[in-house]
Amino acid sequence: MKQVTINGNVHDIDVPDDMPLLWVLRDVLGMTGTKYGCGIAQCGACTVHLDGVAVRSCQTTMDSVYGQPVTTIEGVGDTPVGAKVQAAWLEKEVVQCGYCQSGQIMSAAALLNENSNPTDTDIDDAMAGNICRCGTYVRIREAIHSIAV
Amino acid sequence: MIENLVSRRNFLKGTALATAGLVLAVQLPDSVRRAVAAAGDQQSFVPNAFVKIDGDGITLIMPHTEVGQGIYTSSAMLMAEELELDLDQVKVEAAPPDISKYMDPILYDQATGGSTSTRSDWMRLREAGAAARIMLVEAAAEGWGVPPGECRVAQGVIYHDTSGKKAPYVDIAPRAASRQVPKEIKLKEPSQFRLIGTKAKRIDTPAKVNGSLIYGIDTRFPDMGYATLVMAPVKGGRIARMDEAAAKAVRGVRDIVRTDDAVAVIGDHMWAAKQGVDALGVEWDHGPNSSVTNASIVTEMDEVSMKQGVVVRDQNDARSVIDKAATKLDAIYHSPFLSHSPLEPLNCTLHIENDKAELWVGTQVPVRAQKAVADATGLSPEKVTVNNQLMGGAFGRRLDIDSIEIAARLLKDIRYPVKVVWTREQDMTHDFYRPYYYDRVAAGLDDSGRLVGRTHRVTGSSVFARWAPAAFINGVDPDAVDCAAETPYDEDAVLADYVRHEPAGVTTSWWRGVGATHNLFVVESFVDEMAHATGQDPLEFRRRMLTKNPRGLAVLNLAAEKAGWGEKLPPGRGRGISLQVAFGSYLAHILDIEITSRKQIKLVRSILAVDCGIVINPDTVRAQMEGGVLFGLGTAMFNEVTFTDGKVDQTNFDTYRILRINEAPKVEVYQVESVEKPGGVGEAGTAAAAGALANAIFSATGRRIRSLPLSQGAVK
Repeated sequence: MKQVTINGNVHDIDVPDDMPLLWVLRDVLGMTGTKYGCGIAQCGACTVHLDGVAVRSCQTTMDSVYGQPVTTIEGVGDTPVGAKVQAAWLEKEVVQCGYCQSGQIMSAAALLNENSNPTDTDIDDAMAGNICRCGTYVRIREAIHSIAV
Repeated sequence: MIENLVSRRNFLKGTALATAGLVLAVQLPDSVRRAVAAAGDQQSFVPNAFVKIDGDGITLIMPHTEVGQGIYTSSAMLMAEELELDLDQVKVEAAPPDISKYMDPILYDQATGGSTSTRSDWMRLREAGAAARIMLVEAAAEGWGVPPGECRVAQGVIYHDTSGKKAPYVDIAPRAASRQVPKEIKLKEPSQFRLIGTKAKRIDTPAKVNGSLIYGIDTRFPDMGYATLVMAPVKGGRIARMDEAAAKAVRGVRDIVRTDDAVAVIGDHMWAAKQGVDALGVEWDHGPNSSVTNASIVTEMDEVSMKQGVVVRDQNDARSVIDKAATKLDAIYHSPFLSHSPLEPLNCTLHIENDKAELWVGTQVPVRAQKAVADATGLSPEKVTVNNQLMGGAFGRRLDIDSIEIAARLLKDIRYPVKVVWTREQDMTHDFYRPYYYDRVAAGLDDSGRLVGRTHRVTGSSVFARWAPAAFINGVDPDAVDCAAETPYDEDAVLADYVRHEPAGVTTSWWRGVGATHNLFVVESFVDEMAHATGQDPLEFRRRMLTKNPRGLAVLNLAAEKAGWGEKLPPGRGRGISLQVAFGSYLAHILDIEITSRKQIKLVRSILAVDCGIVINPDTVRAQMEGGVLFGLGTAMFNEVTFTDGKVDQTNFDTYRILRINEAPKVEVYQVESVEKPGGVGEAGTAAAAGALANAIFSATGRRIRSLPLSQGAVK
């Protein structure tokens, strides 16, 4: 048994060290807000924060997770920036199918935590790893700008 | 496709499918029955297939499925408008599989596709809401001993102002349940709309921003199994050998199940299942399609396209008119196979028991999904419960049930719940692809530059012939020629024909924008060629041909005005137009691009002017235009599915590029106010993309794109 802290809660788990965090979250702990899209860090749907940094959980194996706090879409709303991002997403009606949006929101929150007033180029740099198949990019950009200070 | 389907009602008449549909369409509004729920609960008020009011509150049943397009919100708006409810007062629920109640009257199936949902539901959902309201008011009035005409309703509460009496719907519902469904229903005039036409907030999105929405792939039960599978890499292939012992040795693997052409490993979680599948090291007998390549497919298409196909439109001997024309043009256009790749990979969860089965899945076709499980298990369809989930995109992919059928075959002897999730690699290499189309076009223009004759031969697979054979009549696939036979323009002499060619080793299906996406790329590019060949401005050339199409002209003019058409563009910039009448909507697209110093194409600004008739939710229209056009632009820039030795070459998003935020242009959407009946919007933006892009590239570089996607060096 090892311990992992997710959204402030400590979980005891017994899984292989090379198991990606994505599947621990989804299939072991039942936190299905983090999505599987590609499994090769190309789409960003599985983005979570590891010690505040946006990472692709499909490529983040458990041995690199232990000892660092994980934040997921289920918990990011408890942070001030995360709550603002979620509210802006609804205010601007960013969401269509919504499947990528957990990852988009996690990437946007990580960006805004580092840079509270990002330029379009900053947004491109931070968000280009998150694919949206529905094409909500126009509104993602609007929503991020709307909460910039 | 739908205009053609509707205009082909004469073809459809007499077929079993059409007869069933027409009978139902006639019977439903006239059915007079008690509004009590058929089964058990006598306290439920169920006046029709779409409204249910009981102790749990007010539930609206959604005949169409939510793939992200916003239909749950607009369908609820239609009913809530007549029910005098606000959207936060209702719950929505996916319709169960029941074609007698939930058939899409345009598609003749319980299906969501072809941008038909709003067109199908515009009348029937408002009527359903109004019927329920009338019955509730009558029941309340009877109880109070007052005339129903003296009552009014607001926010789901019935008032009799004179007596001061009032009651919410839920209190009246039990009494309303014994009333007869009204025969005559008067709907509101548009001037009375409260909800329709407003930017009502979407009802499905709050749960999508905090991770709480359960998509099909998020289905979970205690002790369930998690499975993933591998399928024959070449269509028609069979498993030759595999190492089951190695898979079983993987920690967390429970069971291995197989058919001839697929094998799944069931584990404690997806990671175990994936590793189990890898450990199997399956070797395949590839079967008869192992020599298929893209080149072999295109060579075949080139050959079969030489001969006349089935004539779809033949007006005034277009060939001889072109022969005599002052300016003659001809060209061949190629449109590639495409993958849907919704971001939620295909998946379903099945719990098969001895005498029943239950399915959790996001599907655009719940009746077909139910039948797939029934057929594989030998159960009768009514023993299969379908729980339809919201979908993480579909774009046509979930109009097919192959993933459910395969899962049911694999799991038919497993008696615990199992979720089967396709890896992205299996999803992309076992898609049902948008057909490859090979188009031969020709045109003649007179010495004043007027289009006098046009021919268009479409060669490609027929999706209708597979998916709805009853709609494939006399060798014509109405979708394959949509927007090719008929254009928005004045045309005297047209010959359009269709050559069906089914490439070996490939299954084809609906893909966002369907036939219009492919044909508009060809037609709108070719119209641009005509303008340039005769030294005319592409906007003016189109305008001159729109004398009988005021709505088409209006959107074109609006887009041109917003784009600033006619201004001189900076060096390296290009601007292209695409105009369409498709899915019952009128759409003009003007796209600006830039050729960068590194000879890359940068999408700069996309202007869309749309007239989709009366608008239910203008923000949804805008969202569909934005997303649709980006879907189409990214595809035209990057995407093709190719085959080598019968196998698909593209396996994930590294080899099948999706447009990213840094590549997305600004998108501006302008809507024309209209009182015409609603048109479809989900597919329109996608269909408007490639033609405008190709024309913008020509404008910037003088290079004509006749084959998609844009190849490396397309602009050098």
